[in-house]
Amino acid sequence: MRRADLIAFALLLLVGAVAPLLVYPVFLTKLLCFAIFAMAFNLLVGYVGLLSFGHAMFFGGAAYVTGYAVKVWGWPTELAILTGMASAAVMGLLVGLIVIKRQGIYFAMITLALAQMFFFFCVGAHFTGGEDGISAIPRRPVFGLINITDDKVLYYMVLAVFALCFLVIYRTIHSPFGQVLQAIRENEPRAVSLGYRVHQYKLLAFVLSATLAGLAGSLKVLVFQLASLVDVSWGLSGEVILMTLVGGIGTVFGPVIGAAFIITMQNYLTGLAQWVPVVQGCIFIVVVVLFQRGIAGEIGEWLRRMKRQSAIKAQK
Amino acid sequence: MTDVFGVPLPALMGQLTLGLISGSFYAMLSLGLAVIFGLLNVVNFTHGAQFTLGAFGAWALLRYFGIPYWGSLVLAPLLVGLIGVVLEKTLLRRLYGMSDLYQLLLTFGMALVFEGLLAILFGSSGLPYDNPIPGGFNLGFMFLPYYRAWVVTFSIVMCTVTWFAIERTRLGAYLRAATEKPELVRAFGVNVPRMITITYGMGVALAALAGVLAAPMDQVKPSMGTGLIITVFAVVVIGGMGSLFGAILTGFGLGIIEALTKVYYPQGSSVAIFLIMTVVLLLKPSGLFGKTQ
Repeated sequence: MRRADLIAFALLLLVGAVAPLLVYPVFLTKLLCFAIFAMAFNLLVGYVGLLSFGHAMFFGGAAYVTGYAVKVWGWPTELAILTGMASAAVMGLLVGLIVIKRQGIYFAMITLALAQMFFFFCVGAHFTGGEDGISAIPRRPVFGLINITDDKVLYYMVLAVFALCFLVIYRTIHSPFGQVLQAIRENEPRAVSLGYRVHQYKLLAFVLSATLAGLAGSLKVLVFQLASLVDVSWGLSGEVILMTLVGGIGTVFGPVIGAAFIITMQNYLTGLAQWVPVVQGCIFIVVVVLFQRGIAGEIGEWLRRMKRQSAIKAQK
Repeated sequence: MTDVFGVPLPALMGQLTLGLISGSFYAMLSLGLAVIFGLLNVVNFTHGAQFTLGAFGAWALLRYFGIPYWGSLVLAPLLVGLIGVVLEKTLLRRLYGMSDLYQLLLTFGMALVFEGLLAILFGSSGLPYDNPIPGGFNLGFMFLPYYRAWVVTFSIVMCTVTWFAIERTRLGAYLRAATEKPELVRAFGVNVPRMITITYGMGVALAALAGVLAAPMDQVKPSMGTGLIITVFAVVVIGGMGSLFGAILTGFGLGIIEALTKVYYPQGSSVAIFLIMTVVLLLKPSGLFGKTQ
C-alpha cells in the first residue's frame, strides 16, 4: 500500500474504532454498509468505466436471500451472509453476460431496465413477502460466539468486514488485473489489440462488484432486521451513484466519504423526508456541473498541487 | 359469446385498446428521447419528469386559470418546453463534449428535483382530472370510450407529424445533417447551438404533450413519469436508438404485446417488455432498428 493511503486507512479505522463512543452505533453500522456498497459500485464505475444504474438488484437480492435464510430456514448468520453473496454473484454473472458488451449510456439503461424487471419480480414473488418484505429477522450469534444482538458488537463486526472489503478492493485495483481494467477504461481498442480478452476482464470485475454489493445488502439485513422493496428499487441504485459521485469516482476513499456524507444528510433531513429527493437531485446537479472529481478527488488534486508548488520552491 | 383462445372477445378488445394506449405513450416518449439523443447525444432521464410536469401543468391550468383541456393541450407543452430550453441553456450546455455518463447523471438529478418539488407542492396522492369527452362508441362487440379513441388517434398524428418534420422537411434535413457533422453544418452558416436548444425544447414539449394526454386517463401524481420512463428506456433499447420510425413502431408494438400478456398471462405482464429486451439484446445487440455501432 502507498504510504499516504496507508496513513489515511489507519486514520479511518481509528475514527471507526472510537466513533461508537460518540455516535449512535446503528447509524454508524448503516453508514458502513453503504460505504461497502459504494466501494463495490466504484470498482465498476471508477476503474472499468461502466456506470451501472441497477446495482440495487444485487444489494437487495442478497438482502432477501440472507433474510430468508436466517428467518425461515434458521441458518447460521455467517452461512446466510455467504449465501447472500453467492446469490449476488450468480445474478451478477447472469446480468453481466447480457450487458457486458454494451458501453456508456446503453450499459446504464440496460442495467436499469433489468433491475426494474427484478424489482417487479420481487413485488410478485412469494418468498420476498411482496409489499411487506421480510421483517423481524433474528440476529443470531456469528460463528456461535459473537453476540450481535448488542448494537456495538454488531458495529465492530461490520467494521472488521468493511476493513477486509476495503483491502480486497484496494488489492484488486492495484493488481495487474486492476491495471488491465484501467487500461480498458482508458482505451478499449488498444487493450484489445494488445491481446487482452476485455469482455472477460470486464465480466469478472462486474461479478466481483455485484458480489460485494451483495455483501453490503446481507449486512444491512442484520442491522435493520428487514429486507424490503426499497432495497431493490431504482431509487437506491441512484443513491449509490450519488454517494460515489459526491465522494469522487475512481478514488480509493471517495465512496466512503460520499456514503458518510449522504447518510448523514439523510439523517439530518428525517423530519423533512419529502425534501430528500430534491436535495439529492440538487447535489447531483451541483457536483456534475461544478466539481466532477468529488470530495476525495478535489482533496487529492489539492494535495498534488501543494506538492508541486513546494517542489518548485525547493528548486529555487 | 365468441371467445378467442378462451378469452371473451370484449375483454380481449378492451385490453388491446389499453395496449394501444400505452403503446401511444411509449411511442411518443421514445420518439422524444430519440430526437433528443440524435442531436444532443444525451439520454434525457428528465423525460419522465417532464411528462409528469405536462400532466400537472394541465391540472394547474384548469384549477387556477380555468383553462380547459383543449387549451392545456397547447399551453402546457409550450410552458414545459420553455423550461426545457432554459435547462438546456443553463445546465446541459456545460456538459457537451464530456463523458455522456455525466449528462445522464445531470438529467437524473433534474428528474429527482422536479418529482420531489411536485410531491411537496401537490402531495404524492393523485389528483383527479375530468375526462373532457365522456361517453363512447358502442361497436357491438365492445364499448370504446371517446377519450381512448382520441388519445390513440392524436398520438398517431403527432408521431407522424414529428417523423415528417424531421425526415421530410428542410429544417429536418439541417437537423439530421447537424447530427452527423455539426462543424460542417456550422460552417454553412447554420446556428447549430440554437438548433440544439430548440430540438431539446421540442423533445421535452412532446413528453409534456403525452403528459397532458395522460392526465384524464388516470390520476395526476408526481410518480407517474418515472416508472414509465424506465419502461420506455427498455423500449428504446429494443428498437435501437437513432431510428425515429423504429421508435414509433416498437412503442406501439410493445404496448400491444404487453396488453396481450395481461390477458393470457397476467403475472408476467409487468416484466414482459424487460424480458423481450433481454432476448433482443442477446440476438441483436444494436436493437431491432438500430445501426451496428
